[in-house]
Amino acid sequence: MSWTPELGLLLLLAVPLTGAVGVLALSRWPNLRESATLLTGVALLANVTLLVMAVDTGARPTLTLINMVGGLSLNFTLEPLGAVFAALASALWLINSLYSIGYMRGNHAQDQTRFYLSFTIAIAAAMGVAASGNMFTLFVFYEALTLSTYPLVTHNGDEKARRGGRIYLSILMGTSIGLFLPAVIATQVLTGSTDFMAGGLLAGSITPALASVLLILYVFGIGKAAIMPVQNWLPNAMVAPTPVSAFLHAVAVVKAGVFTMLKMSVYIFGLDFMRTLPAAHWLAWVAAISIVLASLIALSKDNLKERLAYSTISQLSYITLGAMIATPLAALGAALHIIMHAWGKITLFMCAGAIYTARHITNVSGMKGLGKSMPWVFGAFLIGSLSIIGLPPLAGAWPKLMLMMGATDPINRIFIGALIVSSLLNVAYLLPIPVRAFFGKPDVKKGKIPAAPRLTVIPPVLTAAGTILLFFAIGPILDFLRPVFESGGMQ
Amino acid sequence: MNASFAPDFLTWLPAWLVMQSAALLVVMPLLSGPIALVLSRGRLAWTWAIIISLATFAMALILYGQVLEHGSVEYAFGDWAPPLGITYNIDALNMLILLLVAGMGVLSLFYGLPSVLREIAPKDQAAFFAAFMLCLTGLLGVAITGDAFNVFVFLEISSISTYVLIAMGGRQDRRALTASFHYLILGTIGATFFVIGIGLLYMATGTLNMADITAQLRLHGDDRVVRAAFAFIVIGLGLKTAMFPLHTWLPNAYAYSPTVVGAFLASTATKVAFYAMVRFTLGVFLPGSPFSDAFLGLVLAPMAVAAMVICSVQALYQTDLRKLLAYSSVAQLGYMLLGLSMGTMAGVSASLLHLFNHALLKGGLFMGLGIFALSFGVRQVQDLRGLGKTMPVAAAAFAICGLSLIGVPLTAGFWGKYFLITAALEKGWWWAATAILISSVLAIFYVGRMLETMYLQPAPKTKGRSKKITAKAPLLALIPLVLLAVANVWFFVDASLPKGLADAAANVLFGGGAP
Repeated sequence: MSWTPELGLLLLLAVPLTGAVGVLALSRWPNLRESATLLTGVALLANVTLLVMAVDTGARPTLTLINMVGGLSLNFTLEPLGAVFAALASALWLINSLYSIGYMRGNHAQDQTRFYLSFTIAIAAAMGVAASGNMFTLFVFYEALTLSTYPLVTHNGDEKARRGGRIYLSILMGTSIGLFLPAVIATQVLTGSTDFMAGGLLAGSITPALASVLLILYVFGIGKAAIMPVQNWLPNAMVAPTPVSAFLHAVAVVKAGVFTMLKMSVYIFGLDFMRTLPAAHWLAWVAAISIVLASLIALSKDNLKERLAYSTISQLSYITLGAMIATPLAALGAALHIIMHAWGKITLFMCAGAIYTARHITNVSGMKGLGKSMPWVFGAFLIGSLSIIGLPPLAGAWPKLMLMMGATDPINRIFIGALIVSSLLNVAYLLPIPVRAFFGKPDVKKGKIPAAPRLTVIPPVLTAAGTILLFFAIGPILDFLRPVFESGGMQ
Repeated sequence: MNASFAPDFLTWLPAWLVMQSAALLVVMPLLSGPIALVLSRGRLAWTWAIIISLATFAMALILYGQVLEHGSVEYAFGDWAPPLGITYNIDALNMLILLLVAGMGVLSLFYGLPSVLREIAPKDQAAFFAAFMLCLTGLLGVAITGDAFNVFVFLEISSISTYVLIAMGGRQDRRALTASFHYLILGTIGATFFVIGIGLLYMATGTLNMADITAQLRLHGDDRVVRAAFAFIVIGLGLKTAMFPLHTWLPNAYAYSPTVVGAFLASTATKVAFYAMVRFTLGVFLPGSPFSDAFLGLVLAPMAVAAMVICSVQALYQTDLRKLLAYSSVAQLGYMLLGLSMGTMAGVSASLLHLFNHALLKGGLFMGLGIFALSFGVRQVQDLRGLGKTMPVAAAAFAICGLSLIGVPLTAGFWGKYFLITAALEKGWWWAATAILISSVLAIFYVGRMLETMYLQPAPKTKGRSKKITAKAPLLALIPLVLLAVANVWFFVDASLPKGLADAAANVLFGGGAP
């Protein structure tokens, strides 16, 4: 049987779920178990690469998994946006899995089988989100992603982890069931379907007032996008082991949130319809306020992972902002930012984890002078930071440029200011860390310095290199994404 | 409905069996009760009860086949034609209930042996199974009969045997006796109200056959007597359904009865009473008349919303696990009543679907607790600590049923809420949709608390080290629980059976004909 794009869609779920069975079956032999994880990652990435190539040639593979009651169905349809998210998540998942092995072994973590099992199930859910052909399917996989990451967040099992997990689950489930679900149901009731449609499913068929209410339900219901005031789960999830944080922040969870936001804006409302909605403009303000406020909070955090968490909240709101401004250019910038931010942020998280594994240092103030003994780690950190700030020739430069260019209407110009302020704040909270590490004097006497396990150092260096590469690879990516924002993308 | 398999299925069977299946469905368990009592030994009586309950379930399946084929079945006792004779009328509406009750009867009995052997004194075990079979008879009878007075009789059979079943928990916990007494007083008041209502109806229409009552009411319209009858019947059934605020008997009755009784009652008893409520409010009385519309919109809907919100909050504050689930049950009955109060096809169909799913998931949750109680004496939320590791299979099944209670996608519980919200939005009742969502979010918290304790708290330690746990769940108890958990996932993926029946049932009530 030869590979077809439709088969590829099925494999998006089948490969990781088979991997999960493998992890469970091999739980008694750690090396084999980790091989199963890596093999899953490679197979998934290969499958996604083939799918991306197919989508690039204009195919829009579609597959109905299950026809359900009430005219609903679990349906996969891959379009460029979803293909990009799938490619991003599967590539970073593979790197993150390598890193997990180094981190979990380096820290002698407990219950590693449960950890890898949840990880593979979570990536299956993320693939489901990426390939969803309608909002209902997306919602189902969105919830599956929440549930499968809950054991990861609470992995340490102590009181702090339980508290973090409780907040994680209650905010994500609360918003999704309380706001997202009624929005999906209302969409179904109003239009008789939840399919993603070029030009927007709701466009023209409902009044702007009703559409505004729905939009508000969607935006706050998609809690994974962490727009304020539903951002609190993200810093609280920092109790998790670092590979999990990387997974939450870069690979799948928050990315699934902003991806959903973008899909909703492009295919449910339609960009043209979005621009006519007053609520979209107010929500753009909420996003802009989130951007600045979260950056300011990040500045005040000494714990490195907390600082990065608030940085993520701020960066996610860039994407929400782009989706709410809803000019083609701003939305394109938002889509690019999903990719570019992921590569930068995963670098930073993996560096934080490497530092912790080697030295058990978690606070920024304790990292003075570490740069000399860990040059690779801090070098990668520097590059990641610069990419987040948006300096060329690093990946983060493009989305900021596009977002600003997309916000040139008089009504939106103010948001350019928010982006600039935020970039300056990025400089203030990120750059001092590598600078002090390289030029500061260490407080502690040098004793015997344990080296970070190699598997915790190589992955961040790889992703840092990736941010440089992506800067130059922008052409093909733009060509790939452009149809979504110009001609609708579903043809 | 898909009728393709039905004809073959029925032609394999002897004609008399197909003909008499409606009568056998009730008569077999009724007669088996006294025989179980004579068998006098626990295991023997159990084997007998299992055989009869399986046979009863088979009858329900045969009836289902007939309903698929013909749309509805009428069985006249002794060939006395209605309205003089007593008839059993089976359509999609009560078929759903019959399948549910008969199926849960089988599962509960399989599940129940270990807990009965442990919790009930040996000399009472046969009596327990006798009472159980009578309770099953009563519940099936209420659902199947087409005669209003017959409903009262069967309701009493099930209620009186339920008082006995609950009181049998007294060996474990003396509070079962007061719980049973409390229920007896309220249940008797309910039954009295109901029979007064039936009496008034008989006075007004001169008939007891439900279809005939409707015909008479259609012909002559309603008057004050009929309206009084309506009020009496609704309050009587409301007590049995545990309609807020008439639910006070329920939490203690569920919490202190033997575990198997809790599991069986939670998934069937209130459901059957709710069915009777649906049948009377929408089937017997004139649906669509201003009086019944006012009742649905102005009385039932606010009470349903109050139940959904208030009892969910009460569930949050319970420390006793079974009380927590009991309050949650009252809240879930609120969902069903809300669907009924919409008075639309979509609403009633959603409410019946939720009824079906809720029976599966609540039965599973009570069975899970029963297994935990049997192995470790678990009663309080904090007793669940560490069970995720010590009893992984039972805990996983319990967790799935719990997620289904929240209504998470990938579990059956999702559909009930989904269609209820859809129905509410279609009717323009956004406040009802909001109440459903608030109550669901509260469910996240009370279910989450149990699951978190189960999976994330370490098992209690004795003498400084974790207990070496040897207790394994009894296989006989575990299988029904796992089956229910699987059903909770299965009926998400393919909800066509309950949804098809629920739609057909709503069609019977509103379309006035076979689907």
